[in-house]
Amino acid sequence: MKLSLKSAVAGVAAGLIALSASAAETVKVGVLHSLSGTMAISETSLKDVLLFTFDEINKKGGVLGKMIEPVVVDPASNWPLFAEKASQLLEQDKVSVVFGCWTSVSRKSVLPVFEKDNGLLFYPVQYEGEELSKNIFYTAEAVNQQAIPAVDYMLGEGKKKFYLLGSDYVYPRTTNKILKKYLLMKGIPESDIVEIYTPFGHTDYQTIVAAIKQFSAGGKACVISTLNGDTNVPFFKEFANAGLTSENCPVVSFSISEDEFRGLPAKDLVGHLGCWTYFMSLKTPANKAFVDSFKSWLADPKVTGVNYKVSVDPKNRVTCSPMNLSRMGVYLWKQAVEKAGTFDVDKVREALIGQKFKGPTGEVTMQANHHLINNVFIGETLATGQFKIIKSLGPVAGEPFSDKFLAGK
Amino acid sequence: MGRTIKLREQWILALVAFVGIGVVPALNAWVPADSLFHISDFRINLWGKYVCYAVLALGVNLLWGYTGLLSLGQCLFFSLGGYALGMHLMLKIGRLGQYKADIPDFMVFLEFDKRYPATGGLPPHWVPFHYIGVALIAVVVVPAVVAYLFGWLAFRSRIKGVYFSILSQALTYASMLMFFRNDFTFGGNNGLTDFKFLLGFDLNQPATKRGLFIASMLLLLSVYLVCRWLTGTKFGLVQRAIRDGENRVLFSGYATADFKLFVFVLAAVIAGLGGALFVPQVGIINPSEMAPDKSLEAVVWCAVGGRGSLVGPILGAICVNALKSYATRAFAEQWLYILGGLFIVVVLFMPRGLVGLPDQIKAIWRTRLASRRVTPSDEPSVMPSKAATRTDE
Repeated sequence: MKLSLKSAVAGVAAGLIALSASAAETVKVGVLHSLSGTMAISETSLKDVLLFTFDEINKKGGVLGKMIEPVVVDPASNWPLFAEKASQLLEQDKVSVVFGCWTSVSRKSVLPVFEKDNGLLFYPVQYEGEELSKNIFYTAEAVNQQAIPAVDYMLGEGKKKFYLLGSDYVYPRTTNKILKKYLLMKGIPESDIVEIYTPFGHTDYQTIVAAIKQFSAGGKACVISTLNGDTNVPFFKEFANAGLTSENCPVVSFSISEDEFRGLPAKDLVGHLGCWTYFMSLKTPANKAFVDSFKSWLADPKVTGVNYKVSVDPKNRVTCSPMNLSRMGVYLWKQAVEKAGTFDVDKVREALIGQKFKGPTGEVTMQANHHLINNVFIGETLATGQFKIIKSLGPVAGEPFSDKFLAGK
Repeated sequence: MGRTIKLREQWILALVAFVGIGVVPALNAWVPADSLFHISDFRINLWGKYVCYAVLALGVNLLWGYTGLLSLGQCLFFSLGGYALGMHLMLKIGRLGQYKADIPDFMVFLEFDKRYPATGGLPPHWVPFHYIGVALIAVVVVPAVVAYLFGWLAFRSRIKGVYFSILSQALTYASMLMFFRNDFTFGGNNGLTDFKFLLGFDLNQPATKRGLFIASMLLLLSVYLVCRWLTGTKFGLVQRAIRDGENRVLFSGYATADFKLFVFVLAAVIAGLGGALFVPQVGIINPSEMAPDKSLEAVVWCAVGGRGSLVGPILGAICVNALKSYATRAFAEQWLYILGGLFIVVVLFMPRGLVGLPDQIKAIWRTRLASRRVTPSDEPSVMPSKAATRTDE
């Protein structure tokens, strides 16, 4: 009897050891993107590209010999739920790193959680800056990597009047405030800069477009648009109806990438401009490999948990800047873990600084300010929903605080 | 008979209070983390959130289940209470924000120092919120005043039924759009976030989270007792009479509009208090909390738990949210179907919700037993009708 009890204990112990051994072969990684609610249309693509990247890495032996085990949660475009899911990932699942968030408000919601639990978050979407947390790495474009280069380009094209139009939330507000300062520094008189905000879901752009038409009457005017989501549809329709074109008044949009064209009529936007650190149409071998292998991964019947898989032909799926930045974040993290030789957050954070990765857009470098040195491009919208790259502006060092980069100009 | 039920209810209440205020926090504080009985800081915080939702649900139920007023805008009052305390919490961040400024970060980037130079950039209506007392008064008064104005206009004009529901939904939607605007001085889309201290306690400390959980439980118990008392008085009787036949009550000489107005204001205050405790626990309040779907969710909790009872909404709020927390992690892709399926099942097959379930099962059981007993006997006409009346009870 005693013997059997002993052996039972031994058996259980052996079982536990075996269990912990099998658990040790994977490393848990959190994916915090909305899969339902208003942001799902954008964020689901990021979840897909992350799962694809994990597969890519696992096929080549994982990270430090461990397979990546994604923990996918759905914060449902609900900001308090973002905070809850973040603490669940960090405190319950004890993930080594989290890739996630799209909107600034979701990032603001999880920031205190990451700081409290000393987690690690990679944030991949262009944003307004004016924030620096030691627990967040911003692979995203800072204002000086998207808005400033775009305005520089417009100034170079001889534009003298700027109409800053945005949705009323923090990213457009901050970006336009910085742009206005920058334009004043460049000698544009205040009377030639207009700053207008419309509420979320605004559909009536008649008055605004009429004002733009008047504003652009003398030529040499352009619109810098930070309108987001659905509001772009009525705006561009009205814009075209008023007889305005990319010839007489070009629009540079910061919130429209290839992925957004799945929900926007590209034909109304032909000729208008975009400015990103990545375009799907980039003709580098690394980009071709990325796009091709992502599409074949989507088409692979063994891949599960990918939305739109049934409804959208994988051939029609696109890649865009936030997707590329998500993927590069995973690789930068992997390299840092391998350099540090551990998954420990403090050591990985240290190792991340100065990490270089040769991606689809060329080489990027993680700086001490948690932002990337990345290559910036200007693209022109085609009717297919793709961009024709019209200018490559070379590497720009991301800087979150506007007073710093404006001082350098 | 009535007395024994009361005694049993007292015992249950005492037990819930003991577990909620004593046992759960103790398990969190003093049981080692590797023990099976340990309750993690994460769970305490999560349950604190559910309890705040339960408070909101009690308010919804007081309106819907007891007075027949289906308000689809209760989250407006919840958010107003949350904003009132959130404003105080924002001012207590001090210079720990991103800009190391005296005023909250969003005021710095909106350049409020140019708009309100006299107060150093702080809008005048923010100034009194330096004092916790003012914030606490605002938590109660602001929802009450908004509810009073809206209710006064609606009930005077005899707006009833579905029209009242639609108007209440429009009110919360309009407020959401207003709060979205950055010029409205409440942080726009981002709302208020990154709180650090409440009454000098660090909000990130486990002890503070425990304290907030206990406070939420105390609030829930007191709101429960108030509702319990109110629905048991003659006032409660009038309330239910209004629900079941407002015109008769009106013609019996009762000013139904005043009764409804009182209940509406009370429910708003309850929601505001819940919201105030919700905000420091989740760490953010922004206009999306006023979105109509949030208020609809609160109504669904009541329906799932069982409206017209006091335990039902509490049970519904906690169960639905716990399921949501679980399913968004375990079934990230399918959780909406799971929740949706549950709601359909409840509406179709459980008219009295979770609390009505035991009675429903008992009734079915009795019918079965009765019909079994009947078949061999000679008088089939009497028994089934008896069984039928029982199911109708």
